[in-house]
Amino acid sequence: MGVAKYTKDDKDAIVEVELHSGIKIKPFYGPQDLEAVGFDYEKDLGDPGQYPFTRALHPQGYRSRAWTTRQYSGFGTPAETNQRWKLLLSQGQTGLNVAFDLPTQMGYDSDHPRAEGEVGRVGMAVDSLADFEIAFEGIDLTRIGSGLTINAIACIMLAMYEALARRRGVDLTRISATPQNDILKEIIGRGAWIFPVRPAVDLTCDVIEYATAQGKLPRCNPVSVCGYHIRESGATPAQEIAFAFGIAFAYLENVMARGYPAEAVVSRFSFNLNIFGNLWEQVAKFRAARKLWARLLRERYGVQNKKALFLRGLFGGGGFGLTKAQPMNNIVRGAYYALAAALGGAQTTALCSYDEAYTIPTETSALISLRTTQILMDEIGLRDTVDPLAGSYFMETLTKQMEEKILEEMERVEKWGGMVAAVESGEVQRLVSRQAYEWELDLARGERIKVGVNKYRDERGEAEVKLHHYDERSAEHQIKALKELKRSRSQKDVTRTLKELEAALKKKENLMPALVQCCLAYATVGEMAGVMRQELGEMQEPSIF
Amino acid sequence: MPTEATSAPPIRILVAKPGLDGHDRGAKVVAHALRDAGMEVIYSGLHQSVEEIVQAALQEGVDAIGLSIMSGAHLPICRRLFEVMRQQGLEGVAVVVGGVIPGQDIPALEEMGVDGVFPGGTPLEEIVRGVIQAVQAKRGS
Repeated sequence: MGVAKYTKDDKDAIVEVELHSGIKIKPFYGPQDLEAVGFDYEKDLGDPGQYPFTRALHPQGYRSRAWTTRQYSGFGTPAETNQRWKLLLSQGQTGLNVAFDLPTQMGYDSDHPRAEGEVGRVGMAVDSLADFEIAFEGIDLTRIGSGLTINAIACIMLAMYEALARRRGVDLTRISATPQNDILKEIIGRGAWIFPVRPAVDLTCDVIEYATAQGKLPRCNPVSVCGYHIRESGATPAQEIAFAFGIAFAYLENVMARGYPAEAVVSRFSFNLNIFGNLWEQVAKFRAARKLWARLLRERYGVQNKKALFLRGLFGGGGFGLTKAQPMNNIVRGAYYALAAALGGAQTTALCSYDEAYTIPTETSALISLRTTQILMDEIGLRDTVDPLAGSYFMETLTKQMEEKILEEMERVEKWGGMVAAVESGEVQRLVSRQAYEWELDLARGERIKVGVNKYRDERGEAEVKLHHYDERSAEHQIKALKELKRSRSQKDVTRTLKELEAALKKKENLMPALVQCCLAYATVGEMAGVMRQELGEMQEPSIF
Repeated sequence: MPTEATSAPPIRILVAKPGLDGHDRGAKVVAHALRDAGMEVIYSGLHQSVEEIVQAALQEGVDAIGLSIMSGAHLPICRRLFEVMRQQGLEGVAVVVGGVIPGQDIPALEEMGVDGVFPGGTPLEEIVRGVIQAVQAKRGS
């Protein structure tokens, strides 16, 4: 429900179903459909763990390893966040996914005038390494991997994570972090951008070069390419994959141009993909994406190493699918989205919580999301056998059709001149925002159904939801800690390392080594980003209306 | 009431994204809808300070400001907006707010002077109607 467009007759029987990606669904499928799309087991599927990995990356799928669960989490001060993380980990969560507040994401310290009212609100405030030391207190960096959901200054946060490991004396080859670090999608759909498009892409690629191509942080995934937010902004599922691939190729080619073979660059790329709406379309999307990614890397870039061909992903979220109306229904939606993630072969999952149309999750709602994913793996049987929908006349036909749709959308990217140009000119933003508007018109006309919104509405008023409470004292506490830090650190070291950062910027060197030194000297996020702002300038948003 | 609307000049509205939040799907969708309803829509783009928004509203001579806020900071942002509007002498302009706004905060927003609150999930036609009513009330006053 929700995503597909339905035409019905006057007796409410379905006459036509059109998926959001533009594929029409038939009333039933048989062997002739597989024949019509040219389905071939060896070529299109292969066994699990075999190229092109349509069925799964690993031969035993979830039998050998259940997915990693990583609820997006963080709020208030690092100390408050540390408590929430420890709770989630004690309840069986297997990785972290760090939510930063907006000032941090935008490179402002907590005492900056533009940070007022925002400190610790949608994530935790991080001003310096001192905050990471508190947030990760008692968390074993060699055992727990952390997603760092930050983009414009992902380089600073990964440098800080490295600095944390160095301070603790942890072997850098054993830490595992996934900075989101996808600035192009950030500009399209999430909005926490700072620098102009091309220098911003260079920063993203500095992280990829340093961590993976140079092998400095070999267990880190240097980028999580987020079709997720592009879909939230109005893209179809086929566009979500096509645009994500276009972005991934832009990063890949940027780092290759610095003198590295494709295989050394792309081997630890990961993806963050969205789930809401039509179940079949999502599952087919993941299967088609896994296959296409492997095929395109092999055919276009000559990548041979099997593991470098893997489309690893965090599939989940589904924020746009959740509704403010009748919020408890979102628990049910989350369960179906998680089912789609499991049937689609996700390596990692995270769900938006039922109260996120109101504010960030409470402890209770975050735990329900975690339990939803655990019930799937431990109770319902999703670990029993790999890719259970394989061989279905319908699913295999749809997977082939999705593959074609994704390729069609990729041609659009090529016509734009690649994703960097498309983002710079605002073409992609224009397309998805127009589609987002058309979506709302479809809802208003009742052509797409959203339960509780345009069907089965409850006119008895807004539901009572116990919401997360934003504590303004957290901000005061954070600002006080920042002042104390500035008094106690060696100002000489801060000045020296910031000068070195400035020099690296002027020489257009990879910024990661200089940033690690700044972090070790307890330079603040605002100080580092300030030097970068001064050298790189700020982005002027293209007008899309 | 409809006759008044047809004889009046088209409504000019500034759709603005205050603060640091960058989630703009909602703001753009609403901007499209208001434009389709015949209004002249100016979209601020992201990361606008309240001062920049008031400045733009003055320069563009708008009838209404529509704020889209998803971060939860709607109370401090609106409080500041009215402060700056008073300082800059921006009068007779309707203010409407949309985004992630819990129902419990609506009375506080209205008390500050917000003329319409449209939380996520509000049908577009209701938003269009709300803006027209808010502007008519200001024009009539």
